[in-house]
Amino acid sequence: MNRGRGILLHVLLTIAGLLCLFPFFWTLVMATNTTSDIYRYPPKFTFGSQFDDNVRHVLENVAFFSSMANTAIVAISTTLLVLFFDSLAAFTFAKFRFPGRKTLFVVLLATMLLPAQLSVVPQFQTMVAFGWVGSLKALVIPAAANAFGIFWLRQYFQNSVHDELIEAATLDGCGFLGVYRHVALPSARPALAFLGIFTFVASWNDYFWPLIVLTDPDHLTLQVALSSLNKAHGVDYSMVMTGALLAMVPLVIVFIVFARQFIKGATEGAIRG
Amino acid sequence: MTLTATAPPRSTGTPAPGRPRKSIWSYWRFYLALSPFYVLFAVFGLYPVASTILLAFQKWDGLGPRQMVGLQNFRFLIEDSTFWLSLWNTLVLFVMSTAPTLTIALVLAVMLNSAIRFKGVYRIAYFIPNITSLVAAAIFFAAVFSTNFGLINSGLRALGLPTEDWLGQPWGIKIAISTMIVWQWTGYNTIIYLAGLQAIPTEQYEAAKVDGAGPFRTFFSITLPQLRPVVLFTVIISTIGGLQTFTEPQVMVGETGGADQSGLTTVLYFYNTAFRANDYGYAGAIAVSIFLLVLLFTAINWRLFRGRSTE
Repeated sequence: MNRGRGILLHVLLTIAGLLCLFPFFWTLVMATNTTSDIYRYPPKFTFGSQFDDNVRHVLENVAFFSSMANTAIVAISTTLLVLFFDSLAAFTFAKFRFPGRKTLFVVLLATMLLPAQLSVVPQFQTMVAFGWVGSLKALVIPAAANAFGIFWLRQYFQNSVHDELIEAATLDGCGFLGVYRHVALPSARPALAFLGIFTFVASWNDYFWPLIVLTDPDHLTLQVALSSLNKAHGVDYSMVMTGALLAMVPLVIVFIVFARQFIKGATEGAIRG
Repeated sequence: MTLTATAPPRSTGTPAPGRPRKSIWSYWRFYLALSPFYVLFAVFGLYPVASTILLAFQKWDGLGPRQMVGLQNFRFLIEDSTFWLSLWNTLVLFVMSTAPTLTIALVLAVMLNSAIRFKGVYRIAYFIPNITSLVAAAIFFAAVFSTNFGLINSGLRALGLPTEDWLGQPWGIKIAISTMIVWQWTGYNTIIYLAGLQAIPTEQYEAAKVDGAGPFRTFFSITLPQLRPVVLFTVIISTIGGLQTFTEPQVMVGETGGADQSGLTTVLYFYNTAFRANDYGYAGAIAVSIFLLVLLFTAINWRLFRGRSTE
């Protein structure tokens, strides 16, 4: 490739990258200015000094930090439960034979085709019956194990955990759980990392189900709180954008820290398909 | 995603031939290990799905007794112009967002594949929109398309063009929503295509070069056919996501769907029917039709892509 074309290539790729990141820059501009600064022409493209005030307004209008704490509790506990239950099931499917194995696996795959709307109404009634409406349990427990994760990890265990290792561990006196802990888990670390970040991100951003089941305005997750802030105070843009910024940033930081592993995992799934 | 490539596992749990058959109870550890998913699925998946399907043939306001009404909900569905409008909105939004998303993603991926430096940085930047919260992104795009101070209108004014009330008119709403979806999903699909491109053996390109094929011929006769399974994957993911669009319109224009209900997607209509109007039976019928639609579209995609590649 000649030099001119190489430069053009990077210019275009950089423009695309800036378009991807632009909303974060612009949200920050809006979050550091007053609403009247935003409401003018030509628009202001520089950071202002109103961030503290805007944050204070956000906190006056929604229980922002308790929503964030709720979101963190839900995302962390869902992720831990998913990692444990999914890896245990995936390891069993990948390395052991037992009656009904094929049927159970087909059922597992079929469940991935069911859209959320198909279960949401009776699920809400179940939550009423359990007394879980408005409680974080309603978000964590139904999400504690999922078909995607089991499917994903099973492929990984099949390829990366050698039967000889399992046999050796068994000869050393390891039972089923021992083999799982000492052989399976250590060798599946990259796959577990991907599934963990994936689950955490999905849980952090989840909106449809929390919107339905969290009925107490003082006890929401971040996404629902942000949406209700937007609904009630949509005209106060600098405040709403500050809320949006605060809701996005923790996740972006988590993502950047784990980005390489995550992207590797996400693409492997698509290519293997 | 096929499962045919998996070898049958050799395992410590298999009875060796010749040994007496083990009782089913001797496998209890395995069933116990699998049980969390299946128990949760039975309670929070199987039961509600079956219940929804039953609900589609009932009338229920959530409080009183359920009443069997046969096909009444579906008969109403067929004559309900709002349902058809929501379906139309969903499909238009799907096309308006998926076509640019996948086209731009493919172009970016080809470019990224020929870049030598900074690949990692680009990939991270491109992926970030996909992990951004839908609610926050929808608030942002509503601001960008806002009439009074939105960036789009400021840009139009700077160019001396007339401004538009984007979120106050039907097509403006669709453009704003699909712009957000394009922003959120182009990078994700770029990364997926890039991985697909990197998996194509380089010998094929070298052979094409020897045969004197130019960049365009190479792209259409080698790159695209080799990418077909990956394209299938992205189309299916986009279809399943596109048919379930909810958060974007709900946050950007509200539950009514805005002017002429232009942002009223089928899932938003479902949500309003169930949790605003408490018409659970009818909501069940809408949910069942969304599910059938997802199945139909997935099957069509599958045939279009897989069917031709096996010929």
